[in-house]
Amino acid sequence: MLKDITIGQYYPTGSYIHQLDPRAKILATFAYIVGLFIVDNFFTYGLLALFVLACIHISKIPIKYMLKGLKPLRVIIIITFIINIFMTSGETLFSIGPLNVTIEGLYQGTFMALRLMFLVVGTSMLTLTTSPIILTDGIENLLKPFKKIGVPAHELAMMMTIALRFIPTLLEETDKIMKAQMARGADFESGNIINRAKSLVPLLVPLFISAFRRADELAMAMEARCYRGDTNRTRMKQMIMTGRDYKALSIMTLLMAMLVYIRVSF
Amino acid sequence: MSVKIENLFHIYNPGSPFETKALDDINLEIKAGEFVGLIGHTGSGKSTLTQHLNGLLKPSKGKIYINGEDITSKDIKLRDIRKKVGLVFQYPEHQLFEETVYKDIAFGPINLGLSEDEIAARIREAMDLVKLPFEELKDRSPFELSGGQKRRVAIAGVLAMKPEVLILDEPTAGLDPRGRDEILEQIKSLHQKVQNTVILVSHSMEDIARLVDRIIVMHKGKIALTGTSREVFKEVETLESIGLGIPQITYLMKMLKENNIQLREDILTIEEAKEEIMKWLRGRKNA
Repeated sequence: MLKDITIGQYYPTGSYIHQLDPRAKILATFAYIVGLFIVDNFFTYGLLALFVLACIHISKIPIKYMLKGLKPLRVIIIITFIINIFMTSGETLFSIGPLNVTIEGLYQGTFMALRLMFLVVGTSMLTLTTSPIILTDGIENLLKPFKKIGVPAHELAMMMTIALRFIPTLLEETDKIMKAQMARGADFESGNIINRAKSLVPLLVPLFISAFRRADELAMAMEARCYRGDTNRTRMKQMIMTGRDYKALSIMTLLMAMLVYIRVSF
Repeated sequence: MSVKIENLFHIYNPGSPFETKALDDINLEIKAGEFVGLIGHTGSGKSTLTQHLNGLLKPSKGKIYINGEDITSKDIKLRDIRKKVGLVFQYPEHQLFEETVYKDIAFGPINLGLSEDEIAARIREAMDLVKLPFEELKDRSPFELSGGQKRRVAIAGVLAMKPEVLILDEPTAGLDPRGRDEILEQIKSLHQKVQNTVILVSHSMEDIARLVDRIIVMHKGKIALTGTSREVFKEVETLESIGLGIPQITYLMKMLKENNIQLREDILTIEEAKEEIMKWLRGRKNA
């Protein structure tokens, strides 16, 4: 159940993309998301699809594994598609009762569904190829200029690191407690909504207790090692942008320029 | 209640880079009323194996029979299996959640659909078995208790379901020596009283050696050795090669023998060793 979620998971293969500087990857992902909203016809979607496929190929992540990340979102994608088909006005293709299916709606629906899929695949590319710690380091670094206007960059990054660090731990803990309660005859899967919500109590109470305990212990351990925030902190691994990072960013810029050009001129 | 395992395989995360073979062709038979020790290193597959026995994990391949009934078949009711096979997890005190000790222990029996009187009787019995004073503790919050008491409340929660096969996964982990001895003693006396089948998982030879009828040693998802404590401890080299030892006292007796002191070497407890050495000393005096 829980193991199907691939968003936010790291998939180490040591590929070219894995070795890129996290800042380059974050910026490229941002550009990619903006690009998704510039795209408005099938030709440019094709271009984007080629780009995504190329990235997947270079990253050496099995395409099956990437697509598995779409599975939990299939309901949202299908609903989006259906709503768009029926809710867009235009030339009627055929009607089901009071609902009209329009050609424009079909286009719109396909675009929206594609956009969602590209969004998920593209952004999971970032998390699959970057370990969470490196990712938050990158975010902290990118947020540094905003410190002057009072953005607590380091604190935010530290919070994210800790949150990410504890996702697998908490999942494991959930799994363990669930099994322990199931061994005592608990049933998490059948019954109506109220019964199911009630059946979560034996799971959530121990989970919260252990989360608070962990938080306490972590705070203590950090203080014992004299952690006091950002001031005068140095890093063991400095992030340095190298040739290949600039190359990757150039390719991304080129792609964006093409997308904008096509959007503006056709 | 007997347990039979045939060609059991379990693979975690198949088809991903994290794929691991946790169980590799396990064949095993545990007779009704047997007290078995399952021993092995972290990651040897012992916890995975125990979770298969009450249907919490599904095998990748293979069959498991509880009293001749195949629990891997699709139309089996897992609830019925869990009634028969009780599993006490590692650090079971982490599963406590109710406001009172009484309610927490009642969780399992309530899920079995028992009557209120029956539940009350079982709670009292279960608390007696783990030596918790019923009147004093039943209305206390389980979270106010000491570590050892919490552990015993959690174990009582499983015992109250009266499983015919009781599996305990490292029941003494993190307890002080006294708490450890108490819990092991209580498991032993329960076994003697009701003749249930007990599977005790541990990585401590000392704990297991003097309690169980038979030891099963697991290594890298396979069964490396099986036999009575005395039989298993003869295979010192095999045990050491997989990073397990034999009890210290057994080592001592072996060393004495190597120094040409004629003693039995299949000694498991300090009491036995004492007797053997005394006998030897007396024998020498008389000679």
